Amino acid sequence: MSAVEVLFALLGLVAVGSALLVVTTARLVHAALWLVVTLGALAGCYLLLAAEFVAWVQVLIYVGAVVVLLLFALMLTRAPTAAEAGTVTANRPLAAGLAVLVAAALVSSLVAGFRDVRIDLDDSVVGSAETTGEALFTSWVLPFEVLSVLLLAALVGAIVLSRSTRGGGR
Amino acid sequence: MLLLFPLVVSALLFSIGVYGVLARRNAVLVLMGVELMLNAVNLNLVAFDTYLRDVVHSGQVLTLFVIAVAAAELGLGLAIVLMIFRSHQHIDIDRLRELSDSDAADEAIARDHQIWTGVAGGER
Amino acid sequence: MNLAHGAGVILAKDDLSEFGNDPWWLWLVKGVLIFVILVVLTLFNIWAERRVVARMQHRVGPNVHGPFGLLQSLADGIKLALKEDVVPKAADKVLFIIAPVISTIPAFIAFAVIPFGPVVTVPFTDIETPLQLTDMPVAVLYILAVASVGIYGIVLAGWSSGSTYALLGGLRSSAQMISYEVAMGLAFVAVFLYAGSMSTSEIVAAQERLWFGLILIPSFLIYIAAMVGETNRAPFDLPEAEGELVGGFHTEYSSLKFALFFLAEYVNMVTVGALATTLFLGGWMAPWPLSLWDGANQGYLPLLWFLGKTMLFIFFFIWLRGTLPRMRYDQFMKLGWKVLIPVALLWTVAVATIRAITLDEGIDRRYIIGAALVAVLVFLALSFVGEKATEEEPEEEPEFDAFAGGYPVPPMPGQQLPVLTSVTGSTGTSAGAGDTDDGGAPVSEEDRGA
Repeated sequence: MSAVEVLFALLGLVAVGSALLVVTTARLVHAALWLVVTLGALAGCYLLLAAEFVAWVQVLIYVGAVVVLLLFALMLTRAPTAAEAGTVTANRPLAAGLAVLVAAALVSSLVAGFRDVRIDLDDSVVGSAETTGEALFTSWVLPFEVLSVLLLAALVGAIVLSRSTRGGGR
Repeated sequence: MLLLFPLVVSALLFSIGVYGVLARRNAVLVLMGVELMLNAVNLNLVAFDTYLRDVVHSGQVLTLFVIAVAAAELGLGLAIVLMIFRSHQHIDIDRLRELSDSDAADEAIARDHQIWTGVAGGER
Repeated sequence: MNLAHGAGVILAKDDLSEFGNDPWWLWLVKGVLIFVILVVLTLFNIWAERRVVARMQHRVGPNVHGPFGLLQSLADGIKLALKEDVVPKAADKVLFIIAPVISTIPAFIAFAVIPFGPVVTVPFTDIETPLQLTDMPVAVLYILAVASVGIYGIVLAGWSSGSTYALLGGLRSSAQMISYEVAMGLAFVAVFLYAGSMSTSEIVAAQERLWFGLILIPSFLIYIAAMVGETNRAPFDLPEAEGELVGGFHTEYSSLKFALFFLAEYVNMVTVGALATTLFLGGWMAPWPLSLWDGANQGYLPLLWFLGKTMLFIFFFIWLRGTLPRMRYDQFMKLGWKVLIPVALLWTVAVATIRAITLDEGIDRRYIIGAALVAVLVFLALSFVGEKATEEEPEEEPEFDAFAGGYPVPPMPGQQLPVLTSVTGSTGTSAGAGDTDDGGAPVSEEDRGA
């Protein structure tokens, strides 16, 4: 195994391990923090896969904004500092069984399909801001614009939702 | 590097996300499960982008799109969750049964209302 | 495609080949030096702030320990370290300890990509190295990303303390930092467009002829407002508003952990000041009359210009604190979301248009600038008109409910206390006030039942 492979395996382990903690921990705020660890490890994976721009956007948007929003929601819904009882539903065994099934099916099919395939990681594939930006604003410009409309719609939607609560409360 | 490394990590993350969505009761934690699944997909996209040496970088661009969509989804989702918290004083998905059709659900709603109006009366 | 190629010809390609060639000990020396500079600057800035604010208030300030009282902050630091370290009972112990560390580390590591000077020769050797720890093609994005990690320290400090004041302060602070980070990022876009790069050393190199702070004035002003908001400094220091929140997110912190928050705040000030210097004031380039002399931009001298410009921003921070009262939180958020971000967006669009046109054909610049100015003025006029319309709204609001939400609340501006209306209505007694209350209550209860 090369150094990159070892590093990737470690980061992957961290990502999967902390993801497990996200879905199992009884402390709500800790779940959000383990999610940060998962997302950070994934950003490291992107760096190793030569996607530099995506990696920093991941840190900036996911770690910097999305999880902070989640933390806000947890705090505004009064998450206690202590561990909380009953954070899982009654169908936990079913969920666990299904998840294991999904994992088994995916992993076995992936192993069957891509057993000896290697990624060639040399300098010619660098997902720098320049290459990604050029792709984004030439080949993908229409989806990009559609996405901006979607974001606008989400913005308006969120504002409408939070305003109507205030009006209804009176 | 073996392509299998990122693919297996992503598959495991996805199944963990599935478990989180199905097993968690707190609405915010369910959203976290969704985020895990989205990130699993992102890792796949980036891995294949690098593997295929995509000239138009469809994998990385799509990853950026997914990140933006996830942010939008979460903004709306959390607005809804906070509304639910204001009207119900909890965000326990199991107890949100207004739209179900069974008798048990009706009883649960009636019970919730009793508790809630009782609290509201006591405040005054 | 055409445009991208055209830009590629005119803009320099990122050339970061000078970075990453240093021997390991040079890395170590640079890292340690940055750390030492930041810590010493913090000690100096605390002293400078106290002295300058004292002068502004016709006091003397600390002048006992050391020459001019320079050792005062060192003494304060030692005092803080020797104090009892209190951990509240209701706190989440692990996070309570980690939080100050999380808020301090990003403040330091953001400095890794700040250029202090040009390529120099290390004394006693013949190694040539840039006065910068490292650089990358997306360096400014890295700074933004690292700064956003620093928010966690504050959110977690607020939450893990298990205290209401701290929680509110933490929430306020993080909401503030997230909002102003958007404006900050938008202010950078114009710089990227003009420099054609996100790497800090390239941006400094692109300002050899003209500083971006002079041609991109709106971006610069937006950044200045955003950087004060981002660092939680007066007049935007709402998370630490003593009158409402005691100490804000660090209410429950004491001893060294509190000192770490203090350190993070002052290092952050230096970081945003250094970033402003790098992006808008030409980084380590000598200011105008000095830049006529060729030697001004060579060797170790630029270090002086860089630190001087950064200290200018520090003085600006102190000046603001000495002169301006604290803003109200809703006004502050309004400023961020309704003024700074729209203006920044509009300016970004204008700059992108100008840049595209000049790169493509090269229309006379005066027309473009004139058109952009008119557009900005129209926008500002419209936004002020809109402001008035919203201010008139409260008059239409329903009658004041003294127990809205079950708690006694003071009236909003424009509302009148029910007791006063009954008194001025001459027929009413205190029972009248009671009537309006009773009238209000069943309605709201019905609402909740429905």
